[in-house]
Amino acid sequence: MNTTSRKLTGSEILIQCLIEQGVDTIFGYPGGAILNVYDKLYDHKEITHILTAHEQGASHAADGYARSTGKVGVCLATSGPGSTNLTTGVATAYMDSAPVVFIACNVNSDLIGRDSFQEVDITGVTLPITKCSYIVSHVENLADTIREAFAIARSGRPGPVLIDIQKNATADECEYYPVTPDEYFSSTNNRIARLKATHHPSVGYPDIDLAAIDELAELIDKSEKPLLICGGGVVRAKASQEFRTLASRIDSPVAITVMGGGAFPGGNPLKTGMIGMHGSQASNMACDACDLLIAVGCRFSDRVTLNPAGFAKNAKIVHIDIDASEIDKNVKTDLHIIGDAKKILNLLLAKLKRDKKNELWKDYVFSFKRETEYDDPGDGILTPKEILSAAAEILPQDTIVTTDVGQHQMWAIQHFKFDYPGQLITSGGFGTMGFGLGAAIGAQVGNPEKTVLHVTGDGSFRMNCNELCTEEFYQLPIITLLFNNSTLGMVRQWQHLIYHERYSQTTLNRGPDFSKLAEAYGVHGVKISDVETLRKTLTEAVSAILNGDKRGWVLDCRIDIDEMVRPMVGGNSFIANFMLD
Amino acid sequence: MQAKESKQNLKRYTIITAMDNEAGVLSQLAHLFSRKGYNIETIAAGWTVDQNVTRFTIEIYSDDAKVKLLCDQLRKLVPIHYVEILDPSNAVRRELMLVRVHAADRAARNEIIQICNIFRGSVVDITSDSLTLSVTGDDQKTAAFETLLKEFGIIDLARTGIVAIERGEM
Repeated sequence: MNTTSRKLTGSEILIQCLIEQGVDTIFGYPGGAILNVYDKLYDHKEITHILTAHEQGASHAADGYARSTGKVGVCLATSGPGSTNLTTGVATAYMDSAPVVFIACNVNSDLIGRDSFQEVDITGVTLPITKCSYIVSHVENLADTIREAFAIARSGRPGPVLIDIQKNATADECEYYPVTPDEYFSSTNNRIARLKATHHPSVGYPDIDLAAIDELAELIDKSEKPLLICGGGVVRAKASQEFRTLASRIDSPVAITVMGGGAFPGGNPLKTGMIGMHGSQASNMACDACDLLIAVGCRFSDRVTLNPAGFAKNAKIVHIDIDASEIDKNVKTDLHIIGDAKKILNLLLAKLKRDKKNELWKDYVFSFKRETEYDDPGDGILTPKEILSAAAEILPQDTIVTTDVGQHQMWAIQHFKFDYPGQLITSGGFGTMGFGLGAAIGAQVGNPEKTVLHVTGDGSFRMNCNELCTEEFYQLPIITLLFNNSTLGMVRQWQHLIYHERYSQTTLNRGPDFSKLAEAYGVHGVKISDVETLRKTLTEAVSAILNGDKRGWVLDCRIDIDEMVRPMVGGNSFIANFMLD
Repeated sequence: MQAKESKQNLKRYTIITAMDNEAGVLSQLAHLFSRKGYNIETIAAGWTVDQNVTRFTIEIYSDDAKVKLLCDQLRKLVPIHYVEILDPSNAVRRELMLVRVHAADRAARNEIIQICNIFRGSVVDITSDSLTLSVTGDDQKTAAFETLLKEFGIIDLARTGIVAIERGEM
């Protein structure tokens, strides 16, 4: 441990602690209570601060940065509305297990509880949507709270953490000793030490149950119809290599969840596609008929299992997850193994009795359609498939794709072939419309060498398109592919199928003209209604970006209002009961 | 009312947990119960031999599967040290009840004191027309005591909620 201490203000300590953690990029928005911190930031040019249009944009950007780089994202906001504006972003990160440290400042300690100007109990507000929420009222507690927050955000099942610092703690001074994250994590004299000693799930997990690994190897050996589910845990555990090896050695079809996108290569012949409500026929029929289902890092959400009673009804269900509280929460399992997916899969691979071939079973599974095999009617109107096929063909294969929420999200996941973890950034759990542009900003800031595609719909884009100014100012050449059908397409789809075409409050026959809006923000805006223009524009965009034009693009693609996401199984229905095929 | 009816199919569980003794832990704990849909019957808290650690005894009606999920959720709270479900056959459960009851005349007063003695309670306050009693026991004992005092007219009643501890090994 470095023993040179200095007396510093809380604001300086905060920044020193961020530097300790290796943070070089933060997202945020200043305000009264956090002024001391921003004043110190003025002296620290080694930290890049991205100023967004709105705190919500900053929250999604920090999340997108975290998911695309594997680092902990950092987001700052002031008290009151500044911090409540973060909450949708906090919940989004929580539901998708993204490691983000949110730092809010609050009014002075002596003003707390008096309904002071811009005072809110943000720690209380965020309790149910964080791994942990902290209040810092004394500068002496600041450094260790920040260190603990980072350790907790990135350890065990990752997730967001919020620190609410009262303004006096940013101004007061105390001794500061630098401590590296490793030193802090291995110290025997802090709360992390207590958490580790008790195998607390926030930082670790119990030893892996080796008998369960043997049992699983046995089940695999006996199985003739295995199915693997690749969940977001495979992404977070960086276990995609091990997962792929397992799939190929046991010759098992692989279904992916929305969060698992990228963890299993999109072009792999074993991939059946998405599973669940908009799962492919191959995925859902395989789930219905398999004799062994191995779900890795997935929480069996209702969008995956639909009616849990009939889910994988012929199968032994095996659940591998880092979070014990996910076991038997939504689906009753026959075997579970708690721990890090990468470690478990490595142990399992060593225990496999033999490599397998399941030709008959695969013939059966792949006799059903994978999602990309659906035909478009070809009536001259631009279709989602045409748009996404053109984008997939023209953009670099390693393009990072962020999405908003709705039909375009499902189409993007169905049609792109994601190859690596972190390539798909989407709000799977919380379903946050307006997530995509902020996330794209974070992904582009964290990956300046990569192309970032932001797939959105007119409903979602309208929510947070204010962040175009951030995209323009920081010269982030994000390509926004806007599926503009003048409606809240997914809700309309339900209204069409379930609510007798009563399109209550979903038709968006209103402005703005998105291409003009884009131009007003200083990025390229193009209206597109045919595939030739789309291909030409995408090619132009890619070459402009390559040639150093750092302006973003908004491609306003007009599609038919009645386009639907196919296939579809109704909520709480059985997984093989397709409402739309 | 619905909650009471559905209770009949459920079992009463005693959950013991220890948390860092710091501001906000009670609300973290209580919040988790409510957002996961559990009703707390009783909750009692106090520090242990280590004043930095607060120990909670919480009783709920639930079933085995649900209570396991709840405990797994509780274990994720950072200030939590441990979570255990007590086996009722191997635990001591007690609550303290204070009750002020009408004692209008000598006969009533004598009868109340007799009841109190049978329950090994004590009289902690007395006025010309009331008695305040203290009794300790599990929820059944305090409920029985309450029932017997009802006919005299209960003026006020307070319970601490159950605290419980595992019996030592023989």
